[in-house]
Amino acid sequence: MFMPSVSALLKAHGTPPREVYLDHENSGWVPPEVVESMLPYFNERGYGHPSITNKPGWEALEVVESTAEAVAATLGVDPSGIHFVHSGTEANNLAILGSMRALKRKGKIIVSDIEHYSVLLPALSLEEAGFGVVRAPVDEEGFVDIDVLGELVDSETVMVSVQAVNHEIGTVQRLKEIVEVVKDRNPDVIFHTDACDAYGRIPLRAEELGLDLMTLSSHKILGPKGVGVLWVSEGVRVEPILRGALSSQSLWPGVENVPALAGFRKAVELAFRDGSSSVSSLRDRLINGILNEVPDTLLNGPFGEMRAPDNVNISFLHVEGEALTVELSLRGVYVSSGSACTSRVLEPSHVMLAIGRDYEAAHGSLLFKLTRYHSERDIDYVVEQVIESVRRLREISPLGKG
Amino acid sequence: MSTRVPLPYTPMVLELFRNPRNMGKMEDPDAFAQAGSPACGDVISIYLRVVRKGEEDVIEEAKFESYGCAANIAAASILTEMVKGKSLRDAWEIGWEDVAERLGGLPPVKRHCSILAVGGLRRAIRHYYEGNRPEWLPEDLTTVEKQALEEEEMIERLYGGKVGRK
Repeated sequence: MFMPSVSALLKAHGTPPREVYLDHENSGWVPPEVVESMLPYFNERGYGHPSITNKPGWEALEVVESTAEAVAATLGVDPSGIHFVHSGTEANNLAILGSMRALKRKGKIIVSDIEHYSVLLPALSLEEAGFGVVRAPVDEEGFVDIDVLGELVDSETVMVSVQAVNHEIGTVQRLKEIVEVVKDRNPDVIFHTDACDAYGRIPLRAEELGLDLMTLSSHKILGPKGVGVLWVSEGVRVEPILRGALSSQSLWPGVENVPALAGFRKAVELAFRDGSSSVSSLRDRLINGILNEVPDTLLNGPFGEMRAPDNVNISFLHVEGEALTVELSLRGVYVSSGSACTSRVLEPSHVMLAIGRDYEAAHGSLLFKLTRYHSERDIDYVVEQVIESVRRLREISPLGKG
Repeated sequence: MSTRVPLPYTPMVLELFRNPRNMGKMEDPDAFAQAGSPACGDVISIYLRVVRKGEEDVIEEAKFESYGCAANIAAASILTEMVKGKSLRDAWEIGWEDVAERLGGLPPVKRHCSILAVGGLRRAIRHYYEGNRPEWLPEDLTTVEKQALEEEEMIERLYGGKVGRK
């Protein structure tokens, strides 16, 4: 039996002299200020239960409430609509499964073809319960085809879920237009958006957009893992999908993760104080650096304004993405790939296939996610290492040699 | 991205990935085969230089190229090490488990890498004996060869190599 030793692997890997972490899609580095903001709540104050009548409990409740207020202020909504769960995945599951459970009838659910798995898989799981699930197509840059989506919405449609920004290729959907078209066809449709990769990057005024449900995730804005948000518009019914003792949160049982909420509160404050305008110039520096220097590359997702400021996704033909992530890791550049070789099912990223990339381009894709903590020097280092890594793996590869 | 699985590679896989042995194309090989397909994200090329020594055809030199993940590169590299100096008859007997073992083990989802490497080697040996099959060489495809072939055909069968939704 294969008994891996991760510590032996790490020892063999070693620590490169310079390290740049760009895998904020999957999980991330947390700024020291955010970590510091969490520490008091483990053992100094607020370590109690938010629904118990003692001082540490009320201190915990204060964190829950002030975090909801901070988030609500950034969305232009009332704090009563902010519901905390323990991840973006949980919030998406709650949005889909909880609102459909509350509906008490079956119908058609439409999701875009490039949704995150935490939207796609709960929706598909409802097929067994008698719901119909339809996937709305996107164009080669990942934009939902609004005309096709409009035609798909009918009197049977009960829910539409389209993310605000795609997590892999950074496409910023024309959300206001999409919601208008959907609601125009059927005003009773519950519209959910997974805004994990949009929050803190593009303006999100939930009510002006006409949304019913919106998902946010703490670790996607450099907060700690372990906090997700489902915003629920007034009058939209959602039932809990987990059962247990409820506390301050009416849609999710269990004890609130108060230190993580305190960290999320700080991460929100910092993200909205600093903005993301500096990040988009780093993004373009990275995109141009790679596309200009490395032949046989394709940018996945759109150029310019309609691309999230932090997202770079590039396919390197004739090399395989998992090997590239390992090669770059040995050089201290940490990224992820849409290759099948990192996945459980040996299927490449469904997002790559949905935008019409062939299998080779999907297998050779790398995802870089930038933050305002990166510098131009970091980006230049990454470009250098990418050039060298692709060159080395292309030497090993039998493909693309004419 | 898609659903993921932890991949704790062994130090040996990492070492061979860093410093692959016998990497590169061979000019005028005596036997050559490729296994896998770009659509699967796995292609291995095996090149053999073969000399006649007494009654046996012996592998004097073996080289590989790989389009694939770190495990794929490591599996192809170690296999070329394992066959050097062996007769084609003995090289034929190498199983994918032997390759995995030499790598210190492979995560279950990466076993197909060693299957593909061994499948590629056996295909090269068959090419060498095309039209002149020795008795020890089975006429029918072995399980490993079938598995390599299945992987190649799977994506073609399901998607025709591409997924063109539009």
